[in-house]
Amino acid sequence: MSDAIKKAGRHVSQNEGLIFEKSAPGKRGFELPPLDVPATDPRAALGEEYAREAVEGFPEVSEVEVMRHFTRLSTWNYSIDLGMYPLGSCTMKYNPRVNEFVARLDGIATEHPFQPQAVSRGCLEIMRTLQNCLLEITGMDACTLEPSAGAQGELTGLLMIRAYLESKGNPRRKVLIPDSAHGTNPATAVIAGYEVENIRSDAKGQIDVEALKEQVGDDVAALMITNPSTLGVFEPHIGEIAEILHERGALLYMDGANMNALAGVSRPGDFGVDVMHLNLHKTFSQPHGGGGPGAGPVLVRKILQPFLPVPVLVEKNGQPVLEMHRHTSIGRVRAFCGNFGVLVRALAYTLAYGPGIRQATEDAVLNANYIRRRLEDVYELPYKSASMHEVVFSDARQKKNGVNTMDIAKRLIDYGFHPYTTAFPLIVPGALMIEPTESESKDECDLFVDAMRSIAEEAATNPELVKRAPHTTRVGRLDEVTAARKPILRWKP
Amino acid sequence: MRYLPKSPSERQAMLAAVGAQSADDLFACIPAQYRLQRPLNLPGPLSEAEIVAWFRARAAENSLGFTSFLGAGVYNHLRSVVTDTILQRGEFLTSYTPYQAEISQGTLQAIFEFQTLMCELTGQEVANASMWDGSTATTEAVLMAERLTRRHRVVVARTLHPEYRQVLATYARNLGIAIEEIGYTESGQLDANALAAAVNDETAAVVVQSPNFFGAIERVPALAGIAHARQALLIVAVTEAVSLGAVRPPAEADIVAMETQSFGMAPSFGGPYAGVIATREQFVRQMPGRLAGQTTDSAGRRGFVLTLATREQHIRREKATSNICTNQALCALAATVHLCLLGKEGLRELAAQNLAKSRFAAAELARVPGVRVPFSAPYFNEFVVELPRSVRIVNDALLREKIIGPLPIGPWYPELTKRGLVCVTETTPRSEIERFAAALGRALAQPI
Repeated sequence: MSDAIKKAGRHVSQNEGLIFEKSAPGKRGFELPPLDVPATDPRAALGEEYAREAVEGFPEVSEVEVMRHFTRLSTWNYSIDLGMYPLGSCTMKYNPRVNEFVARLDGIATEHPFQPQAVSRGCLEIMRTLQNCLLEITGMDACTLEPSAGAQGELTGLLMIRAYLESKGNPRRKVLIPDSAHGTNPATAVIAGYEVENIRSDAKGQIDVEALKEQVGDDVAALMITNPSTLGVFEPHIGEIAEILHERGALLYMDGANMNALAGVSRPGDFGVDVMHLNLHKTFSQPHGGGGPGAGPVLVRKILQPFLPVPVLVEKNGQPVLEMHRHTSIGRVRAFCGNFGVLVRALAYTLAYGPGIRQATEDAVLNANYIRRRLEDVYELPYKSASMHEVVFSDARQKKNGVNTMDIAKRLIDYGFHPYTTAFPLIVPGALMIEPTESESKDECDLFVDAMRSIAEEAATNPELVKRAPHTTRVGRLDEVTAARKPILRWKP
Repeated sequence: MRYLPKSPSERQAMLAAVGAQSADDLFACIPAQYRLQRPLNLPGPLSEAEIVAWFRARAAENSLGFTSFLGAGVYNHLRSVVTDTILQRGEFLTSYTPYQAEISQGTLQAIFEFQTLMCELTGQEVANASMWDGSTATTEAVLMAERLTRRHRVVVARTLHPEYRQVLATYARNLGIAIEEIGYTESGQLDANALAAAVNDETAAVVVQSPNFFGAIERVPALAGIAHARQALLIVAVTEAVSLGAVRPPAEADIVAMETQSFGMAPSFGGPYAGVIATREQFVRQMPGRLAGQTTDSAGRRGFVLTLATREQHIRREKATSNICTNQALCALAATVHLCLLGKEGLRELAAQNLAKSRFAAAELARVPGVRVPFSAPYFNEFVVELPRSVRIVNDALLREKIIGPLPIGPWYPELTKRGLVCVTETTPRSEIERFAAALGRALAQPI
């Protein structure tokens, strides 16, 4: 390991095969208490037609082996608990452990969604309190906590827009989406039954307002915007953008993925947004868990309130109550009332900060600007507008030696960091999208800057070292081409 | 603030480094009229102890101390502390989606094991890395069938969970998918004759649930025959995954949409759980959701990667098979650990215990004067009871005895007022089943 690598060193890690490869007949990992009612023979109880034998190929291992297996696997992962993830727009912040504790309390983890509301007052109060906090943070008028993730929040929001426009006589045909948008935006628009039309970014990477004026016709239902954008830049013309849309009967949807730049500082409801979602697994600290779960609450202006999905949380005699039917609702978007356990964690996070949430936002923006200042002499900055919570560089300078953003990202792994977001947003070829979040100390930011500067140096003096990275991981770059061409998606005996 | 690792002097140093006088300067890029001039009106800040106290107070306002006989898509099952211990390891809990495979092999291998277990359970050839839940998995299975067959009609059993049907309707409305519902017979199963009459050359899929919402196990091979006779696909939804420890898997289905909550996930008032889609290998390129695949690195070492990403939104955007990005990965890990602990014999024994408990309960309840068990089909751990009076009023009386009684199904099935759904699992003590029957007898003996 080179001296330039300060954050990481070598360590022996355990090997471990698939759990099926450790299996042998007769081993058990979990025993059940004895049955206290008469036993039944499953074949007799169900009938030959419906019964099955034991599941072939299912593992048979002891508790010890299960514990070792998954512990060893876990040691092969990077994680926030180990260090920074500079992933742009992912907002990989610290996941407070008190959130995990309260989500597991008896009386919270144990509750069934169909139990009578009379014995669910605590759950309903949790939902009401979170809802009110999110409304205050965003400056919107009404909320649903039901969507399971950001993408489902986007769908819920678009379906509400459709229902609203239908109530006005014409749902319209198109949704405008900038070329810098996250892939879920266009994918969602299609599922909502809309056509996607691209709106280009101007020379500053912002919404081209003149193009917008031309493109917003009678057949445009909405513009989906991310603000600040995926470049980390606040749309300075957001007010005008909202006006243009509203004048022509269209609505403004905001993807709230970048709320970490705004909480406590600015509110989407104040700058003209009609409907937006939040990612509770981003700004609101729900752990990423290797890919989920998350939640994507949707917040709307009053005009969209009649269309909220059911069940709707309302107040009756001062008590929060879930209303199962609403005549104008878009319907239900998932069974039960949402990823309640995620809502609990998001509320615990919000209560920890209170109005002090502004400080988190300030620190997030400070960290991103600090990193930008300390790297802008070695990495190309294609868009020079002020950065908020994330900064986007490109690999233009390193490309001269054949080193691209993917290579730099892989070399960053040797330095003890998870890569930043590579190759996104699409409007920056060879993008390096960096979002440190407020959870990083000055030391961690400095270590990151040192690593990136060292890699830039390597790209100039020893490009092969970067192009062949990572060098210190358990496996090197994996053959993704063969994985896709001849997929092996399960173990076979 | 304990989540912010900066001292005031470090903030000052960093502000100076970026040429800002104060934090406010960092927000000069936001037009002044959109910058808040007041602190947000939010509860808090609370210390850790105060947060715990607040949520303990909420917990005390819920159903602690009550015995529940609810199922209907969410099931109380034993969970090992080992599962939670593993889930709480920071390397699983706080790690990101495994796009950078070299430092995510733990997550990727666990997903590969999950996919394998799901195939073995369902009798299908390939399974994905999770969907949001059973209801959205079922809906996405329908969209998948539409893509595969290029047909736009779906025939759906009324015995599919009512909330699953509502979700499907919300999505289908905007995609030009027509839904026809088929009823059930006195056995409690889907009416196969009515189904055969309804399936035609425009049917993309038949959607059934087994065990169904009434708890009855469907005749999957026969239903598959009806669908396939007209080249429609059979989608089978499974809400109670433990049933697959004793009940024949729906191997004849083309797509299985399963809820895995029963494997190691707490009820948690409705989520988070983990859905999964399992299907035939020939359909894999139309599957939604992430897939982990096995491969090698240049030194020939085995490793795992997310694969077939050209199906997904981050590559294909508006042409993706789904908009899903964030899934239920950590919950799927819970299912994986749970199933490894149970293992082959444990799952079989668990399913057998559920069968024994539900049959004991059905016999006890049927002995209460006025109570019937009306449906005749075999069931797993849920069954419908018919009472001589309103289920809701009886439940009010039961609630006073700290029992959460049968789920009234009249609101979803207006022809079935006075019927409720009872679920009994390995977690329900015999004494509580007996207490339930006695309390039910008392409630029914009261004058109206």
